Amino acid sequence: MSARPTGLLELDPAVVRQARALSRRVGRPVVNIARSHTTVSVERATLRLAGLSGADHDQVPWVNHLVDAVRADVGLEHGVTSPVWNALRQGEAADLLTLAQKAAAGAVTFHLPEGRGAGATQRAARAAVARGIRAIDRQRATRQRLIARYGDPARKPWVYLIVATGDIMEDIPQAQAAAREGADIIAVIRSTGQSLLDYVPEGATREGFAGTYATQENFRLMRAALDETSKELGRYIRLTNYASGLCMPEIAALAGLERLDMMLNDSMYGILFRDINPVRTFVDQRFSRQIHARAGIIINTGEDNYLTTADPVEAAHTVTVSQLLNEYFAKEAGLEDWQLGLGHAFEINPDIPDSFRLELAHALLARALFPNAPLKWMPPTKHMTGDVFRGYLLDGFFNLVGALTGQSILLVGMMTEAVVTPWLSDRDLALQNVRYVMNAAGGLTEDFHPPRDGLIQTRARQVLGEAVDLLTRILGDADNAKDAPLLAAIGDGTFGLMKRPPTAGKGLDGVATKAPDYVNPAIDLLQEGASR
Amino acid sequence: MTPRNKDDAVRRREPAVPGEPSLTESGPLVRPYGDRTGDGMMQMSFTLPLPHDKRAEGAALQLARKMGLDPAILVHAKAMGPHFTFFVVYGSVTHLVDLRDVAVVRRAYPLLSHKDVSSAVRRRLRRRMVVVGACIGTDAHTVGIDAILNIKGFSGEKGLESYPELRVVNLGAQVLVPDLVERARREKADAVLVSQVVTQREAHIHNTKAMTAAFREAYPAGKVPLLVVGGPRFEDGTETELGVDRIFGRGTTPDEVASYLVHAICPLPEEASR
Repeated sequence: MSARPTGLLELDPAVVRQARALSRRVGRPVVNIARSHTTVSVERATLRLAGLSGADHDQVPWVNHLVDAVRADVGLEHGVTSPVWNALRQGEAADLLTLAQKAAAGAVTFHLPEGRGAGATQRAARAAVARGIRAIDRQRATRQRLIARYGDPARKPWVYLIVATGDIMEDIPQAQAAAREGADIIAVIRSTGQSLLDYVPEGATREGFAGTYATQENFRLMRAALDETSKELGRYIRLTNYASGLCMPEIAALAGLERLDMMLNDSMYGILFRDINPVRTFVDQRFSRQIHARAGIIINTGEDNYLTTADPVEAAHTVTVSQLLNEYFAKEAGLEDWQLGLGHAFEINPDIPDSFRLELAHALLARALFPNAPLKWMPPTKHMTGDVFRGYLLDGFFNLVGALTGQSILLVGMMTEAVVTPWLSDRDLALQNVRYVMNAAGGLTEDFHPPRDGLIQTRARQVLGEAVDLLTRILGDADNAKDAPLLAAIGDGTFGLMKRPPTAGKGLDGVATKAPDYVNPAIDLLQEGASR
Repeated sequence: MTPRNKDDAVRRREPAVPGEPSLTESGPLVRPYGDRTGDGMMQMSFTLPLPHDKRAEGAALQLARKMGLDPAILVHAKAMGPHFTFFVVYGSVTHLVDLRDVAVVRRAYPLLSHKDVSSAVRRRLRRRMVVVGACIGTDAHTVGIDAILNIKGFSGEKGLESYPELRVVNLGAQVLVPDLVERARREKADAVLVSQVVTQREAHIHNTKAMTAAFREAYPAGKVPLLVVGGPRFEDGTETELGVDRIFGRGTTPDEVASYLVHAICPLPEEASR
């Protein structure tokens, strides 16, 4: 990643260590909760890895039918694979799809395997799920091969552009055009409703709201189109989508199977901003991150959201705290530093004095704390007012911070933010802006050393100090959830002023506590690093 | 012509106060101002789906002339890929604007201070006013509703939560209409504020109509809480069509909303009779 020296801010290494130690203490009880629960989406993702796909004529996916039927008969707490492969062994159906169809019609009753049947059932389930894991491994190898063939972008930061038409057939030419204009990463924004759907839509979709549905077929179509463009341009174009919302694990699995390269995947975003139940989120997230780790996918976290809802100066330390927690949860799930696209954003009110210097301090702090992570730098949105001329200047300064602080992924800002979905010309002008700044000032990282104890160093230390204080306060917050202070803190409105108790929120009814005989061959394979 | 009074002329060179003519506003007919009164200069930019060549430039100038720019000057043309060209055009516009034909919707209620809102609710409603807010349907953009409701507020004006006499229930994003109605009933809402930012395929219109219909169905006639919708793309004057009491657009501040709520829910006796 970046060659930036971490000593630029002269942070006290003891404070940095303390911040990480606190994050571990805050995060570990949550991981324990994640390990002791499962969700409908984790179980559906497992079936998808075993090859079950498609939907009935009402667009209800077969994985939903099967998991619901199993749950009604034997509950979710044993995992679905035991009852499902038990039924297959009993000859209820010849394959998973037929079994799901029969289950949807109410023609199967599920039981747990008994006695010696249990071992054979689990061997069969593991063999089926392992085929999905190997498909993900093959896709990862293909990515590596294509990157070796076409090459990575010539320089950092990688240029990240968004398409959002709602229609996959329109998205494809737009994405290809964006790549030709200079984008290294294409993100297909999801339809706004999708995060709260408790199923993954099927097939190629042409009707979305402010974005396009994430479906396996849409993933496949877009990846194939960008493979063509990668070949044409001699540069591997990465594809991004969202593993968030109620179907995070399934979408992660589909992303792995269809070779997406980056996925938005934040530890707390769904809880705070979508009111999804915290336990559901943490369980789903751990599984999705285990898949991302295996698939070689870079995750992108959503710290920008804290800054658009709270004051970016007052709340700067909440970004740092979230980055530290995201790092802890990601590493626990097996992701490596190069896969952590930790987020942060340029959202300070440009009217306040020294706003640019504060942005530099915050961006450098993230760079210094996570020297080997591909940080994702996100453009101004809150202070883009419709004055497109001023907005263009603001985006230029945003790009300059990106250049000066060695950011890895640069989400390109549009001067028409908050006005229209980007026009062709907006994108072209935005890329000119990026290119100018990178050409003119990309090398400034070499010259830029904030003076000792100047505003930038002092501010960065202050934010880190506030982050340590907040983590300490969270650990002390043990009122109604003594086993997991983070859940108590989320319930109290510590983050973004939104109170999200662990006993409420969407998707709670899809959570189950694991029984002692719970089995999930996908989790076993992922944790063992095995492929059979 | 000499000014009747020297001070008068000096004063009138200042920016005009609303309703008063200034020296730079010579009459009811105005044209855009570049650097001289009446020059009519304006700039615009656009893209044509043509490769960049002489023909494309001619096409851009033809468009500018048809839009009333005469003379039009093509100051910048740039190919954007093989199939498109981006243009910047300057020119003097031949159109005149007649100020007598400009209709302005004026606010029909006074803008109250924080204190006045609180005292009006205390004196005239004699209990706390209950405000329920949400983003409905698929809309996940809470920026609008949060700017109005959260203490943090917007544009230096603190949100409705900061008014001690208002009880604010912010349901957040992607609230289902039945849940909103149910919650409004449970909280005995005086007003329901709904924010709609996403406008693709007219989602904001559909969602709002569904919401107002649900409220009319769930409440006896005349008992429906005040329904207020906010968002950047609602058209002024479409309240009746949408079934809402009031629309607020881009740039609305919390104090305007609070003042409106007081005006609509607990007006002064003389206001109410008007």
